[in-house]
Amino acid sequence: MAVTSSQAPLDIGRAPEGGEVGAIQSGWRLALREFMSNRLAVIGLAMLLFFVLFCFVGPLIYRTNQLSTNLIDANQPPSAAHLLGTDTDGFDNLGRIMKGGQAALEIGFFAAFVAITIGALYGAVCGLIGGIFDSTLMRIVDVFLSVPFLFVVLILAVKYGATVLSLSLVIGAFSWQVPARLVRGEVLTIRERDFVLAARTAGSGRWRLISRHLLPNAFGVVIVNVTFQVADAILAVAYVGFLGFGLHFPNVDWGDQLSDGLTYMQDGYWWLIYPVGACIVLTVMALNFIGDALRDSLDVRLRRR
Amino acid sequence: MSAYLIRRIGTSIIVVVGVSIFMFVLLHAIYPSPARAVLGLRAPQSTINAWNKANGYDDPLIVQYLHYMNQLLHGNLGWSYVENQSVLSLFTERLARSVYLSGISLIFAIVIAIPLGIFQAVRRNSIGDNVATSLAFILYSMPSFFLGLILIQVFALSIPIFSFEASQSTSIWTVMGDWNAMTLPIATLTLITVAAYSRYMRSSSMDVLAQDYIKVARAKGLPQRLVLLRHLVRNASLPMVTLIGLSLPILLAGNLITESLFNYQGLGLLFFESLQKVDYPVLLAYTLAGAVLVVIGNLIADVALTIADPRIRLA
Repeated sequence: MAVTSSQAPLDIGRAPEGGEVGAIQSGWRLALREFMSNRLAVIGLAMLLFFVLFCFVGPLIYRTNQLSTNLIDANQPPSAAHLLGTDTDGFDNLGRIMKGGQAALEIGFFAAFVAITIGALYGAVCGLIGGIFDSTLMRIVDVFLSVPFLFVVLILAVKYGATVLSLSLVIGAFSWQVPARLVRGEVLTIRERDFVLAARTAGSGRWRLISRHLLPNAFGVVIVNVTFQVADAILAVAYVGFLGFGLHFPNVDWGDQLSDGLTYMQDGYWWLIYPVGACIVLTVMALNFIGDALRDSLDVRLRRR
Repeated sequence: MSAYLIRRIGTSIIVVVGVSIFMFVLLHAIYPSPARAVLGLRAPQSTINAWNKANGYDDPLIVQYLHYMNQLLHGNLGWSYVENQSVLSLFTERLARSVYLSGISLIFAIVIAIPLGIFQAVRRNSIGDNVATSLAFILYSMPSFFLGLILIQVFALSIPIFSFEASQSTSIWTVMGDWNAMTLPIATLTLITVAAYSRYMRSSSMDVLAQDYIKVARAKGLPQRLVLLRHLVRNASLPMVTLIGLSLPILLAGNLITESLFNYQGLGLLFFESLQKVDYPVLLAYTLAGAVLVVIGNLIADVALTIADPRIRLA
């Protein structure tokens, strides 16, 4: 995103333009300190880091066969060979959870990226241009807000087949409305401030205004929203998978695994249900912790402003 | 007020029309004609073309849309070729069951969440508050089907007091009386909703508790019970009005999951089965109905809030 470019360290001799992120860095540092002093935030960050390592580095250490089924070893309880037992197809369950987690995290972050990119640009353009253009485009946001999200995602997943890419795009394409509203609201207040006027007077074009001044300053609300978007996307994937419209075999997602485990509930195959369920809850919880803490620490930054 | 009402209803209608165009075009792009479902996979292309022509499926999209909307306004939601039944009759069979499940869960959720949020705000950082906050956080991060699974494990398999399947009766009265079968689905939906509501209720109560009029009420010696009843409850519940209006989509999605988990013959399960059978007329009608419900929910919440809170200026 354009935001990162303006976060580069300031070069000496180039005075920061008013309102650039560099100029209010002390505010960000304050926000960072506030964030790190929040116990839940640190726990959430640690949990998220753990799951990223668990899903992406874990399979390199704990090597399992996730390609071919092995029906002789199906539904084995946990043992030294299979730490969390095996599932109906004889796959090692712990390795399977790591593989499902990769899909969940990839889709979560990619969908959030899609949603935020669309939403931030849409909101910034609406807020900057204003007038009838703005109110028309915001009615479109209202329309998209009324579309029942999960139902449309399901319909598209059934039709076009679920892959990591397709699910990310579909989930992202239907969850940009909230960031669009948030960014628009921010832009509406920011654009009245003196540094934007100064930049305009200096002859900045619309694109430069948006990318250098409006978006970086609306970055706070965006970053808070990203964490919630990732959490929501992971939940959405779990729902799609649970209903049986998730990734196709031999790929797997967490919701898919849970619905398989459900079949064997009465047989007491707990290892097929609770570990993967706990993974979903803990990952989403970690993201919610981080989001809440970010929002609180952002409040500190805003109070300073 | 009436000017505001008219304008608010006007924008709602525009949004509904927008959603209907969007949903119609989207589903039409995915699924142009039900001819294959009706005529079978081996039907020659010429037969299919003839059928499309006879049934208006080769008209321009705008004509088809207007035709569909015209039928919709006359109470015809389309025809399910898979079920060979009108979509309306499929809906009416199941509507009461879904309304019952969502309605009673919503009522329970409100009745639990409001006092719980107030309690948490008043006894801030007590053990009770911390336990409730943690539980709400866990539930909030939990997919509803996983909560349902845990409830089934504990209350239907380990301690068999409730049934793990919802009532299968077609009579709504039997369903309403069958607590053995209905407790777990209702509890699942209620708990998920309480988790969302109690967080808001707690923070809005804390905001109200910091207000001067609460200090005044305390200073004049009003007992705590009356402070809470007269000054806190009503003010702190105002944001809930909006929240409940906005939570209709969550309730619809929750219905879909809960009904498929407990095999409850409601609209959510109908949607799920239609997905499997690729029954697009049902999917279109259901998503449209859902979107309209969301718009109406927002409208009612906005209007109710302006009535409940005279401080809101109608700009």
